[in-house]
Amino acid sequence: METAIQNTEPKKKNYLNADYGVMSWLLTTDHKRIALLYLGSITLFFFLGGFFAMLIRLELLTPAGDLVLSDTYNKLFTMHGVVMIFLFLIPSIPAVFGNFLVPMMIGAKDLAFPKLNLASWYLYMAGAGFIMYAILTGGLDTGWTFYTPYSTTYSNTNVVSAAIGVFIVGFSSIFTGLNIMVTVHRMRAPGLTWQRLPLFIWAHYATSVIMVLGTPVLAITIVLVALERIFHFGIFDARLGGDPLLFQHLFWFYSHPAVYIMILPSMAVISEVIACFSRKRPFGYNFIAMSSVAIAVLGFLVWAHHMFVAGISTYAAMIFSLLTFFVAIPSAVKVFNWTATLYKGSITFETPMLYAFAFIGLFTIGGLTGVFLGAVGIDLHVTDTYFVVAHFHYVMVGGGVTGFLCALHFWWPKMTGKMYPESFAKLSAVLVFLGFNLTFFPQFLLGYMGMPRRYHAYPPEFQVLNVLSTAGASILAVGFLLPMIYLAWSLRYGKDAGPNPYRAAGLEWQTVSPPTTFNFEETPVVTWEAYNYDEIDGTTKGVEVAG
Amino acid sequence: MWLFLVTEIMFFGGMFATYLIYRLSYYNAWVAGSQTMEIQLGAINTAVLICSSLTMVMAVHFAKIGNRKLTSICLILTLLLGFAFLGIKGVEYHGHWVHHEVPGLNFDFEHHGNYSSGQVAIFFSLYFAMTGMHAVHMIIGAGLLTWLLIANWRGRFTPEYNTPVEMVGLYWHFVDLVWIYLFPLLYLISHHHNG
Amino acid sequence: MSEHAHPTVKTFVTVWAALLVLTALTVFVATLELGPFNAIVALTIATVKALLVLLFFMELRYSTALTKVAVTAAIFFFLLLVGLTLSDYLTRGWTSYINPFH
Repeated sequence: METAIQNTEPKKKNYLNADYGVMSWLLTTDHKRIALLYLGSITLFFFLGGFFAMLIRLELLTPAGDLVLSDTYNKLFTMHGVVMIFLFLIPSIPAVFGNFLVPMMIGAKDLAFPKLNLASWYLYMAGAGFIMYAILTGGLDTGWTFYTPYSTTYSNTNVVSAAIGVFIVGFSSIFTGLNIMVTVHRMRAPGLTWQRLPLFIWAHYATSVIMVLGTPVLAITIVLVALERIFHFGIFDARLGGDPLLFQHLFWFYSHPAVYIMILPSMAVISEVIACFSRKRPFGYNFIAMSSVAIAVLGFLVWAHHMFVAGISTYAAMIFSLLTFFVAIPSAVKVFNWTATLYKGSITFETPMLYAFAFIGLFTIGGLTGVFLGAVGIDLHVTDTYFVVAHFHYVMVGGGVTGFLCALHFWWPKMTGKMYPESFAKLSAVLVFLGFNLTFFPQFLLGYMGMPRRYHAYPPEFQVLNVLSTAGASILAVGFLLPMIYLAWSLRYGKDAGPNPYRAAGLEWQTVSPPTTFNFEETPVVTWEAYNYDEIDGTTKGVEVAG
Repeated sequence: MWLFLVTEIMFFGGMFATYLIYRLSYYNAWVAGSQTMEIQLGAINTAVLICSSLTMVMAVHFAKIGNRKLTSICLILTLLLGFAFLGIKGVEYHGHWVHHEVPGLNFDFEHHGNYSSGQVAIFFSLYFAMTGMHAVHMIIGAGLLTWLLIANWRGRFTPEYNTPVEMVGLYWHFVDLVWIYLFPLLYLISHHHNG
Repeated sequence: MSEHAHPTVKTFVTVWAALLVLTALTVFVATLELGPFNAIVALTIATVKALLVLLFFMELRYSTALTKVAVTAAIFFFLLLVGLTLSDYLTRGWTSYINPFH
């Protein structure tokens, strides 16, 4: 079952050297190359978003609003949000690792619609272009949430171009989701039943369902905002009888499921990594698979918990609060199952595993604080404070970005054929974990004590915690920058990885590293269950795979 | 294509939701706005689209049995009916313009009754947004039909391979479906005062 | 795309005729004063027309179960959007503070 592929010839043909030249990359339909195109772009935008974050944290070092004007500060947190969410988090794992791995994990040569895949990337870049234009022509100051009537009537910034950018990026997302769904339905290798699929595929399928059902509502909402801003329609303007709250309903109908788009793929990665480094099948495979689907469905039912204090009726608030408690359950199921997978496993602490552990801890804190926020009584006090900011950074950075880094390190050998320096990688992981906690834990305290979010000045009693937070952010920044350096270093000087350096289960590990353009010499026929670590360790224990 | 149509259902769905929610609250304004709609034109347009769906379905049928000539004829007919729809819509839009019913451009509505000018403005905003978005989709559909015509003329479709025709057909029928709901919602149900 | 039974030309023409008849019917009913039933009848007729187009012109009747599930899911989620949002608007007047719309 494990083909003995040895990387003996140094210049073997693979997807990276199959063709040379800029056009071969810009016009590629190879899902692996497209994944790398995405990787390059989202990394760029991650650091742009991080730059805005740095300015925010620098401003917040002192209680007075002295680094930037308040209008500028509004633009900073808006652009930080827009860039991080739409240009980094939403694509991140699905567009990079989903694109790269989904066909390989199911034994296919490519996604169902390779040209559509390339079109997705171009749409993403076009949307990013509009957003960059908005940034360069004075920025956007409405908050990433575009709340009306400020965004439609009163703001003087370039709302329309940013809105167009988000609209276009939304379609990139929709097409990626569409591609993944059709691929998983139609292109599985013979013998690969739904129950034999890696949990990575289940989670990406669920994510794609959310992308397909939710993103169009954001698209139409953005269109209405743009139309209202240009033609002064009044749909969301109270002076003309419109209801600003309707915007919030429509906006959050997408944006809440969107956070599940951002977290489910990370959970997918964690399932794979925990299984690999405990050498065990994930505990309760069916439950984890079903919980991905449950999160996708239930995630659509809770959106108004972002609106508890906005003016919705008390009864609606109670309904949404109850539904919010329900949506936490499948996530909890996953956390318990991952922990149970560790029990009696043969645990080793490679870098991906460190990130996976970080994920479980940080996501649990973030998720639990989400449940706190779902209780209307608590939300009344801490909404629009730093408590909320801390909550979503715990889940999105502590969960989403950690998952992304975990995936980056786990599949880097597969994507590039090289191993990264393990000690530097572990150091980065520790720095990220420590820096992250120092940055955001104080923010829970700040929020609880009453510091509002989106304010560039604050009362002096909050300064100590803010300084701690900024200090943490600088450590976090180092933790994020280090991988850039050592991963680039590894491309030239890293050890050759070989097909399966971690002896992991999964069809993607059965190819050479880096894979050839069409992935498999011939379509594999799957006769074994997923996560067959007992078989892998039984037959290949003691046998070193080349690399 | 079905999956893409699912996204389209949610896309138009947002506007339908907005329309329905406001109708609940601003019923009188909705009646006033709806009564300015010309039901005859709307009904003719509905019939035009239904006929275009028939010709589209026949185009797919002829593509499947390999009759290139009749496929082209049906595609052309569908295209012509589509243009007819857009033309009639243009006439309607012109009518609204002349009566100062276009929000943001020349809105000046004579209102008598238990509603405000702003509320009627919202009705018309939604009217233009929804029918406008629908028209954009029809124009895209016209583009797709033209592409099909060219490809068919070049002999690309056979009884074994005619998937693009079928896919464009699905898209075209979907656009028809949206209109099937737009017509009663915009023209009919608020026409009387006690609906 | 998938091998399945096809409706005949006769079916298509019948459906087309039915659609035209239903259109005429809905216009006629709109001229009557039926109170709340105007909306109900109009939307019901619209739904019947929609089903005819979906099932026959778009051949949903002959499609795989998966396609049917996908379409049903879309309709379901749309109804969810409307329904849960309405749960806010309809219940706003239930407590003693000011109803924003009246």
